[in-house]
Amino acid sequence: MAELRTEELTLNMGPQHPSTHGVLRLVLKLNGEIVDDVKPELGYLHRCFEKHAEAMTYPQVIPYTDRMDYVNAMSNELAYVLSVEKLLGIEIPERVEYIRVIMSELQRIASHLVAIGTYGNDAGAFTPFLYCFMDREKVLELFEMVCGARMLYNYFWIGGLSHDITPEFITKTKELIKYLRPRIKQVNNLLSYNKIFIERTADIGILPVDVAINAGVSGPSLRGSGIKYDLRKDDTYSIYNRFDFEVCVGTGERGTVGDCWNRYIVRAYEIEQSLRIIEQAIDKIPEGDVQSAVPKRVKPVAGESYVRTESPKGELAYYVVSDGSLNPYRVKARSTSFCNLSVINQISRGHMIADVVMILGSFDIVLGCIDR
Amino acid sequence: METNEVYEKLKRVFEDGIGEIKTDVPVYPFFFVSADKINAVSLFLRDEESLQFDNLSCLSGMDYDKDNLAVVYHLYSYVHHHKLVVKVVIPKSNPVVKTVSDVWAAADWHEREAYDLVGMTFEGHPDLRRILLSEDWEGHPLRKDYKVPEFYKGMKVPY
Repeated sequence: MAELRTEELTLNMGPQHPSTHGVLRLVLKLNGEIVDDVKPELGYLHRCFEKHAEAMTYPQVIPYTDRMDYVNAMSNELAYVLSVEKLLGIEIPERVEYIRVIMSELQRIASHLVAIGTYGNDAGAFTPFLYCFMDREKVLELFEMVCGARMLYNYFWIGGLSHDITPEFITKTKELIKYLRPRIKQVNNLLSYNKIFIERTADIGILPVDVAINAGVSGPSLRGSGIKYDLRKDDTYSIYNRFDFEVCVGTGERGTVGDCWNRYIVRAYEIEQSLRIIEQAIDKIPEGDVQSAVPKRVKPVAGESYVRTESPKGELAYYVVSDGSLNPYRVKARSTSFCNLSVINQISRGHMIADVVMILGSFDIVLGCIDR
Repeated sequence: METNEVYEKLKRVFEDGIGEIKTDVPVYPFFFVSADKINAVSLFLRDEESLQFDNLSCLSGMDYDKDNLAVVYHLYSYVHHHKLVVKVVIPKSNPVVKTVSDVWAAADWHEREAYDLVGMTFEGHPDLRRILLSEDWEGHPLRKDYKVPEFYKGMKVPY
């Protein structure tokens, strides 16, 4: 049969499309069902966070960082607060460090549950989505108990915390750990090892390690490619070096190392590791005042700091430059999702249109973090 | 490898292309590289056996002082687990830097962002367009002398 001449078709995916996880527009160039080129168009959620930060005092920036990656606010606060504390050179009370680790890990669980649930939803599995959101609600209830907010907390302060935890919080957290373990197994049975789900995700969008590192991909998306690297272990911050946990990687248990399924399963494994860290920390919280080290006026010396942290989505860092005044001179957020999304063109080429949805979901992007 | 060792090594190869080093500043030491040498220096930093900075963690544009802009590179090596901070300072009258997007793919979008918000041009970048703001936006908001426009395309901005 003679070659059929086909026209190249341009297709807009988004900006209002549930599978783009926010307001992201992907311009696809298609050859029949096959994707030739993906061009992400960003900026629909741009709020000029970095410009706002320059007009605020240091503590006033924290609520803005909450609104970057809004399903993962604690980790954003942690990265910013650590960076400013480094610049100030202040010592943090032990109690604060322990509570920060517990909160960050609870937040990691909540964020991964959203990632798993919505990813299942992308593949057409609606039930796991409801299960995940139900469990996430339980984590959010704990946050609400401790600081009154469900999603945007302003909980970590420079040098301390806004509220101390209560004994009730500790009992409830222990109950949650017991409750979550079998639930994670259930989600794995429902979704992770579901044949339809594996067919949709295994061997799709394979990301080689060298490409990932060169493009700045980090976190579970990088570990899905089989490299054992976690900033909590390899470039440790806060008190993470005191806890025993494993760095989970994609092993090619299903599909190929570096494909969508392996990126996905790292998150499912990591929930268990976060539970382990919380278990170790919850009984060791020392006594103390959580606001004893909070400075009255945050006025660092002229200089700059850059602290990298392992947020649930990957490497999150704030580059904070001070000119010695009360306002930061420049705050630049090294956004995780921004870097992770940038490889999408490279690994989507040659796949079908429906696969682009799965590849995009496997990076667990949040547009608030990308557009800032 | 510590910053001053990297600095000595680079100084031997690139001589004038490498500016002064600052070690007594809070929190991390850094050194300057000239704008036209940054691409060659980056390639050396990535490929030299003992350095192997294979990851560009962050690239930030900033309004440096009254007459200058700056680009700051935060590098990391997954092989040797060491970090490096490099700065390029360029005059506002001619804000041109050589691109490093051919060395690290991560620089592609970061450079577009720096161009968009701070307004320096990256010479040799394959696709230098605005990334966060709309194509027809005027000015670069992260400049210190940026004035918030009263009108956007004839429409009054309501604040």
